[in-house]
Amino acid sequence: MNRLTIIGVAIVVVLVVVALFAPWIAPYDVGATDLTIRYLPPSAAHWFGTDSTGRDIFSRVVFGARISLQVGLIVVLVSAVVGTILGAIAGYYGGWVDRFVSGYVFNVFLAFPGLLLAIAMVAFLGAGLNKLILALCIIGWVGYARLIRGQVLKVREYDFVQAARALGASDARILLVHILPNAIQPLIVQASLGMAGAVLSEASLSFLGLGVPPPAPSWGLMVAEGKEYMFFSPWVITIPGVALFTLVLAINLLGDGLRDLTAPENRT
Amino acid sequence: MLLSAAVRTNLRYRIFGILRRILILILVVWTVVSLVTLLIELVPGDPAVAVLGEQATPEQFAQFREKHGLDRPPFFFSFPQDDNGHRHFVWHGADNRYTDYWRALLHGDMGLSFRNDRPVSELILERYPATIELAVAAMLVAILIAIPLGVIAGTHRGTLIDNFASVIALLGISLPSFVIGPMLVYVFAVKLRLLAPSGRFDWSDIILPAFTLGAALSAILTRMVRSSVIEELGEDYVRTARAKGLSERTVVYKHVLKNGLIPVVTILGLQLGVLLAGAIITEKIFGWPGLGLLLVEDGIGKRDYRVVQGCVLVISMTYILANLLTDVVYRWLDPRIRVS
Repeated sequence: MNRLTIIGVAIVVVLVVVALFAPWIAPYDVGATDLTIRYLPPSAAHWFGTDSTGRDIFSRVVFGARISLQVGLIVVLVSAVVGTILGAIAGYYGGWVDRFVSGYVFNVFLAFPGLLLAIAMVAFLGAGLNKLILALCIIGWVGYARLIRGQVLKVREYDFVQAARALGASDARILLVHILPNAIQPLIVQASLGMAGAVLSEASLSFLGLGVPPPAPSWGLMVAEGKEYMFFSPWVITIPGVALFTLVLAINLLGDGLRDLTAPENRT
Repeated sequence: MLLSAAVRTNLRYRIFGILRRILILILVVWTVVSLVTLLIELVPGDPAVAVLGEQATPEQFAQFREKHGLDRPPFFFSFPQDDNGHRHFVWHGADNRYTDYWRALLHGDMGLSFRNDRPVSELILERYPATIELAVAAMLVAILIAIPLGVIAGTHRGTLIDNFASVIALLGISLPSFVIGPMLVYVFAVKLRLLAPSGRFDWSDIILPAFTLGAALSAILTRMVRSSVIEELGEDYVRTARAKGLSERTVVYKHVLKNGLIPVVTILGLQLGVLLAGAIITEKIFGWPGLGLLLVEDGIGKRDYRVVQGCVLVISMTYILANLLTDVVYRWLDPRIRVS
């Protein structure tokens, strides 16, 4: 494992710990407003300063890690499971099932730029954390399905699969016990990069006012709220921006490291 | 005789392949339009109430629904609830909103804006050039950064320059546009006073939005160009070119780059969709009057669902068209794919 990957893992671990223990780490209530202390610059009392309504930015950034990681994890888990099931079925059974899934369904989902589909869905359904997660899962599963379909197409031709079939193993057993464990490795890399994408998409939608509604401390929403005041109080927008960047960078470093580990030929 | 049979079979396969692709394209376009048409059914409650507000009179609601066809059934059939709360199947035939939308669309009509009664197609046509302008400028920025950076990194593999390029690429991928954009505004508009912070009045106004939108793409492209250059440098024809006594510059820019750029072209085409979607955020940051701003502010912000439908449709169709063109260019560029 190279140095950059270790840095990535370390940052992700720290942020996960921060998210898990947010109530104990945050010194102030995330929603507590105090108009007498608006736009305070970073100080000993307020490490990251305060925002337009006097809320403590450090506390909000700490709780914001929860939202980002929660969205990232749920979206990746749901998308990966749904994508794996559909991709495996298409790859294993082939025929009209595969023609329908890979020739039609994949193409339809790929005909929309991902973020646009999420924006459209949230625009019509209304903003909210659950709707945002649903929208991101709907755009997210296709990548996993394509990947697993390709892997299953390759692995199903291996001798041990033919042997299992000759021994009379059921389709479910062949797929679950023999094919998937041997096809799933690239999914781990895809999942880590997909998580960075999900975190960024959540922040982007929240920035547009289509994600987590205020006063939730989403990093994207914090950047949007602080945009008007960046000329006078740049920390209001810089700090959540840096937090988001750090998390996404760390996940990308982790993803790159995993890719190098799982595919040595990619080490170029 | 044998050869002509092979040629005939090859031709048949190619025609069959093209027909299959056209059929899939038609199916995809039909599904995309249908999904966009039916999106309005996702609106919780009554769109008329969402647009006019609860204070409007029943007459105003009725007039609004009639004007925009919302009083008509949404699809060929429905399952309305009767007085006892039971649902039952009702067939409406061709007299429904779905066919209305399709019929109008085939005549270039996307309906009227819910807010100002202007044709949505007119609103979109006014904004479309600004978005395309921004997407193309962002792509140019990305290419101008990525090709030299990727080539230098690839030809100096493992050196300090290579590591520097990798770090720049990683930063570009990890920094969201809504963080880069305000930072650029702060430095170039507020501190240095070199460029305008927002709007589209002067030619120079496109510089900051184009950099913001192109940053992530330039990072992805840099990585691709680097990998491509490294891969191509190991090929036999490079050794031959060097053995002929060609300068390293000619080898890299005339031979390696020409072959190495083929996968980059594909990514460029596919990324146009990402740029069009990303433009929504960039336009919001810089007040750039394109489709994204129309979608977010006039469409979503004012609950003008017809405008949202129109924008989503036009952006998706542009994306489908761009992908199709990329595919054609890719086949033309790479003879191996053309033959297979």
